[in-house]
This record gives sequence, structure tokens and C-alpha cells, in this order.
Amino acid sequence: MSWKPQASLEVLRLRASLLARIRNFFEARGVLEVETPVLGHAGVTDPFIESLRSGELYLQTSPELAMKRLLAAGSGPIFQICKAFRAGEAGTRHNPEFTMLEWYQPGYDHHALMDEVDLLLQEVLETESAERETFGALFLSHVGLDPHTADRNALERAARAVGEAPFAASGLEVDDWLNLLMARVIEPQLGQDRPFFVYDYPVCLKALARLRDETPPVAERFELYYRGMELANGYHELTDLREQRARFEDDRKRREALGLAAVHEDGLFLDALEAGLPKSAGVALGFDRLVMIAASATSIRDVLSFPLDTP
Amino acid sequence: MASSYGINQLRTGLKILVDNAPCVIIDLDLVKPGKGQAFTRVKFRNLKTGRMLEKTVKSGESIEGADVLETEMQYLYSDGEFWHYMDPNSYEQYQADAAAVGDASKWLKEEVQCSVTLYNNVIIQVTPPMFVELEVVETEPGIRGDTAGTGGKTAKLETGTVVRVPLFVQLGEKLKLDTRTGEYVGRVKD
Repeated sequence: MSWKPQASLEVLRLRASLLARIRNFFEARGVLEVETPVLGHAGVTDPFIESLRSGELYLQTSPELAMKRLLAAGSGPIFQICKAFRAGEAGTRHNPEFTMLEWYQPGYDHHALMDEVDLLLQEVLETESAERETFGALFLSHVGLDPHTADRNALERAARAVGEAPFAASGLEVDDWLNLLMARVIEPQLGQDRPFFVYDYPVCLKALARLRDETPPVAERFELYYRGMELANGYHELTDLREQRARFEDDRKRREALGLAAVHEDGLFLDALEAGLPKSAGVALGFDRLVMIAASATSIRDVLSFPLDTP
Repeated sequence: MASSYGINQLRTGLKILVDNAPCVIIDLDLVKPGKGQAFTRVKFRNLKTGRMLEKTVKSGESIEGADVLETEMQYLYSDGEFWHYMDPNSYEQYQADAAAVGDASKWLKEEVQCSVTLYNNVIIQVTPPMFVELEVVETEPGIRGDTAGTGGKTAKLETGTVVRVPLFVQLGEKLKLDTRTGEYVGRVKD
């Protein structure tokens, strides 16, 4: 192993210039830069994200809940560029420690925020304006199934038909199959020429998005894909306290079913929701992946000064 | 019996069992949507057929290891059906069939050291040394003075393999050959 940086100095200069461009973009739009703690008492409840721990404390997997506490306190539009940590995530697009750009716009819905993400990319990466398609239409055209109604068996058959089935498929739920087909079949084809937004997700992929009650009901969530890679995930944010408690409870049950350690939910975040989170939209964008695209890098390691080495 | 591996124990080079076939892991990558189940993309090569394949494994799954050993053995002789090898440390003898020996048979001369792949203590693959030295047993008379090696002719080696050689090569000479390309490298002076 060499002591030298993995990213070239040229790429490190590119990182710096992209950071400066992002800060200029938000400054010009009156979005306040904030910092929230990287280290805290609450871990992430999401059953598929594992926090790194230091004694009784957790390193953040995302600044989301702390930033929502700022919104509830009346901060107005805010953005943050910070480190986030996720145990075990290492690969060509993942490093256990990574840089996240996250921002919130009170009064926006997910479409208004997609417009703003699109403008950011046009300014920072000089992209063309983005395309947009619903998760339902996209899935139907690529996989031939309606993701809002397809059951586990139909999804498993579709995955097997294209050679995309895990060794042991048992235990995979509808949301797992949707994620697998999205990641392995659809994602590589998205945004080859220009950024591509996918929006209005099946309810089982709601995460922390607000639900829109129509037939079928949809989660007001979006993801951004560019050059075949997921770059960002955003929501028209859930602001309902009772619904948020129910989602924490779902996470707790699923963690238990999967045999994972229990994680205490963030009580101060729930207090903030109770006090009132303004209607808003928020998005998290993987900054390292943005640099990968700007540098035409095929591995995240090549845009990090010192990626974490696997043993 | 080989053990099984958890997903985060997988490494390139590890031998695993896929559909009852011994395979070696060539490449791994994490497939992880921001929200949702993590998968690992495993690219592997079937050690018997050489075919490259890919599979997706979900975290929490385990993969059976294959009891595969790569070692050096001395080639002894062929009885027409099997090729016989000896482990130089234990003096234990092994036999390999035509499927396992494959193209290596073109270069195998008695007593040569080969790397062999053992699966459940049976030879499934034989790799000859990168370079072998073999005697010419049949070729047209050499043209002396044509040391530039222009043109060329064929020569039959002591293993029965026919290779292209420069015109100056003589009957009975020993040649150095590259087993990866099957090409003549040079003459060996005793």
C-alpha cells in the first residue's frame, strides 16, 4: 500500500472547484450553509443502512434529521456539505466515509426541487436540462411490469428472465426486487446523455417521502441518475408526526425480523416534528459521484484523496 | 469439507461452489441503492470450463467454499487415457483425464513440473510451464546460413505437436517454446 494519494492532484483541484461552484450556486439563491454534528446519540433506523459507532455514540449516516430540526426552528432554505459514514459500504461507487451535499427548500414540492437540482447540475457540471419520468412508466417500459401492483413472484420471474436473481432469492420482499431490478436492469441505461429524474415511487419505497393519495397511491420521492449512476435521492418531505412514528415502528420491526441490533429513534427529531416541520422538499446528493462524473472516473476511489482500504 | 463464506468475507481469488461447480472469484462490487437491500455482484470463472459468469448475492447470504488447491506436480507419463502426475512432496500419484489436461497435453514431456488445480483431491486443470524445451523429431532439412529466420517451415516436436519454426532449425535440435502462444522462442544449446 502506498502513502501517496489515490486521486490525482488534478482531480483534487477539480473537487475543490466543484465545491466552490456549489457554494456559489447556493449563495446566489439565498440558501444558508449550515453544519450539524457528525457525531450524535441517535443512529439510523433504516434496516438497510448500518451506522458506524464510537462507544455509545453514532457517526451520522446522513444529516437529514438534524437539518429538519433546523427547518422546524425556522431556518428557511439550508444546505450542507458534510461527511457521512455507512458501515460496510465499499465498492466502485461506495466508500464507508463519503461526502454528501444535502439541501432543503421550505415551500417546495418534489417537482420544484427537481427543477433546482437540474439547475445546479447545469451550472456545476454544464449538463443539458434533465429528463423526467415516473417510476411506474419507467418500470413498465424496461421490465414490463407495473411496480405499484406487481407481486413478489412476478418480480422474481422478471429478474430471473434477465439473469438477475440472487443465489438464494428467499426472503426478498417486493421492495427488494424493485430495488434489484432498478439497480441492475434500469439504472445502467439511465441518463446516458443528460441527467434523468425518476419520481413518484411505489408506496413500499416511500422512505421518508410524503404519500399522495391517488389510485394507486404514490410516494412523492425522486432519484437522479446520470451516466448510468444514481446521484441523488429526494423527497417532498413527510411532516406528519403520527405517520413518522409509524415508519420508525416499521423500521424497528424489520430490523428485528432481519436479526439486526435495535436502534433508538431520534426523539429530538420527533419533538421537532411535533413542534411543526414546514412543508418542504429535500435532497441528498453524493458529492463524490458528482466528481466521478466530472472527472470521468470509473471508481469512487479515484476521486478520494485517501479511500478506506479494505483488508 | 470446505467452509462457507459470508458476503463480507468474499475476496477475489477465493474458490467457491456455484451450482456444484468449483469457481474462482474474479471481481466483486457492491450494488446498494441509497435506500434498500444491499447486494454484491460476484463475477467468477468456472474452473472446469473457464466460463465467466456473474451473480448477485444479497447480504446475509452465505456461499459455499470449494475445496480447491493449486499446487505444483511432476508429470510422469500418459497411458493413452489418463495423464499421470506425482506430488513431489508426498510422492502421491494423481491421474488427470483429457478434459482436465486440455491443451496442456501438447507440451507435456515426462518429468516436467506443471501447476495443477485439485478439486476434492481430483485434478481438474493442468497448466504447463510458461516455457518448455522440446526436441524436433521431424522437419525438412535446415537451410544453413538463413539465420535471419525469414520465411519458415513446420517442425514436429517429441510430444507430437507441430509448430512453425525458422528455416535454419535442424532435426534433433532442442527448441524453447512459449506454451501460451504456441510460438517458437529460440534454440537451446546443450
